[in-house]
Amino acid sequence: MSILLLIEQILNGLQFGLMLFLISAGLTLIFGVMGIINLAHGSLYMVGAFAAAAGAAATGSFVLGLAAALMAAAIAGVIVEVLVIRRLYDRDHLDQVLATFALILIFSEGTRWVFGSFPLYLDVPDFLSGAVTLPGGIPYPLYRLTIILIGLAVAAGLFLLIAKTRVGIRIRAGESDREMIAALGVDISKLYTLVFALGAGLAGFAGALVGAIQSVQVGMGEPMLILAFVTIVIGGIGSIKGAFVGAILVGLTDTLGRFLLPVLFGAFMEPASANSVGSALASMLIYILMAGVLIFRPTGLYGKA
Amino acid sequence: MTMIRETYVNAAIMLLLLGIPVWAHVAGQPFTITLATKVAILAMAGVGLNIALGLGGMVSLGHAVFFGIGGYSMGILAHHAQTFTPLMEVPLLIEGTKFMPVIWVVAVAVSALVALAIGALSLRTGGVYFIMITLAFGQMFYYFAISWPAYGGEDGLSIFVRNDFPGLNTLVPIQFFAIAFVALSLSLTLSHLIARSRFGLALGAARQNAERVQTVGLDPMRVKLVAFVISGAITGLAGALFADLNRFVAPTMFSWHLSGELIIFIILGGIGRLFGPVVGAGLFILLEHFLGGLSEFWLIYVGAILLGVVLFARGGLIGALSGREVAHD
Repeated sequence: MSILLLIEQILNGLQFGLMLFLISAGLTLIFGVMGIINLAHGSLYMVGAFAAAAGAAATGSFVLGLAAALMAAAIAGVIVEVLVIRRLYDRDHLDQVLATFALILIFSEGTRWVFGSFPLYLDVPDFLSGAVTLPGGIPYPLYRLTIILIGLAVAAGLFLLIAKTRVGIRIRAGESDREMIAALGVDISKLYTLVFALGAGLAGFAGALVGAIQSVQVGMGEPMLILAFVTIVIGGIGSIKGAFVGAILVGLTDTLGRFLLPVLFGAFMEPASANSVGSALASMLIYILMAGVLIFRPTGLYGKA
Repeated sequence: MTMIRETYVNAAIMLLLLGIPVWAHVAGQPFTITLATKVAILAMAGVGLNIALGLGGMVSLGHAVFFGIGGYSMGILAHHAQTFTPLMEVPLLIEGTKFMPVIWVVAVAVSALVALAIGALSLRTGGVYFIMITLAFGQMFYYFAISWPAYGGEDGLSIFVRNDFPGLNTLVPIQFFAIAFVALSLSLTLSHLIARSRFGLALGAARQNAERVQTVGLDPMRVKLVAFVISGAITGLAGALFADLNRFVAPTMFSWHLSGELIIFIILGGIGRLFGPVVGAGLFILLEHFLGGLSEFWLIYVGAILLGVVLFARGGLIGALSGREVAHD
């Protein structure tokens, strides 16, 4: 095992974690502000990926595809919020789970209906393909490096938005006392729609960025949704900072676990069984991490008790 | 008045579930018997979940774990029996088996143990955390089953001949249905007894107001944990029967879609109702059968129906039939 390979895997874990953050941030904001558990968040991620693939195929431009993803997911978010989510604010979590599970079925089958069952492909654009050499002589794909930078930029932008702008103040106020900010004359229903659209847009954007590395297919959002849940359970529900730390932790643990565990078991087992034991254990690693956090901090690293 | 009406509705449901396969047996329609068996087994899984969800208010989105554990208990034991290899040699010799009662005991014991571990971790928090954590642990088992190659990995395990039950020929559809029907009836009885018992009252109280339960000297978390373990064990037994019905186990038994579907059974039938899961499972299988014949995209209709029920008809089908509003708490 070379140190170069290890650094490459760390960067991959970072990239995975940042994409996970884009999804988790929306999920945790929507829960924090509106008290809604949204299982259909993964579907919005999928909508973004499909919109990017269709947009890029139609226009020939990856950047326009990204814009299409952002728009489509945000619009889908607004429609879902107005038609369904709005009726769920006063309901218990069970109703929210069921209604948003129903939305997953509708989104997934609807997408299959429109695009068929075969995966679509979204190509990395020419100006981002190939590899760059990082300081220290490490070759790394330019596209992955770009989405690491985009992920960091979006995270910074989101923190600024929440901390410094008027909308951010309202969002934070909505998190601490819903009735009070409605009483102060803020149109709470507009704020909710805005937060939901923001979360949806972020998820769709992540779907488009990841879609260029993996294939774009129905059901792609569900594994990401569950990882996002693990992320915000670790970070503490409602906390953007927690979502960031949780996402990076999950991304690094998962990627490095899959890389290192088979090597580790290979030190005292024959290669074939070391590989299977190592990869089986690696697939469980983030859940073990979550269990560990739950034992010591039941409300997550940055959650309110 | 309406309570009595619900009792009649429940009796009619059981007669229907028993009558249809008996008719199908006489008419020589084995496929219909298999569908009814599937309904009975899935209903039993739903009855198990209903103890946690309906009685205890624990929204578990990971109950497929227990269904899968039950399924793999059967799969692994029968696999070793049919390949004549021991399950374990050290420290003690454990052989596989094709004998249903032993398989059931193992399925119940292992799912209860797993439920104890998952419950103890998830009940440290409540509400929305609980939903996400049970979902996440469910996914952990799913990925583990996929990546563990010893028992078929992603392809699952096939069992060539259905397992044995003394005095019955389990390969005859109506006889296997009888086993499933009795198991469902027993789990409904158990669920009814729990709801009426002192433990059931404590559980209902823990759902509604945990602090009050604590002030009368009971530990609400322990009450809920016991209910979660019973719930997981019943769903695990249903999983073992389901695997026997199909003579096949695969990681999809752990899939979180199944966990969602189990909740859908409860909601379609009507939450907080003893027979809700039976009606819900029956409706779901009927929808799958008929809508699945009409359109490849039948789940889109299921989604629309579910959305309609959640947003506009919270009493479910039993609520509509028996005219009783669902109790809010």
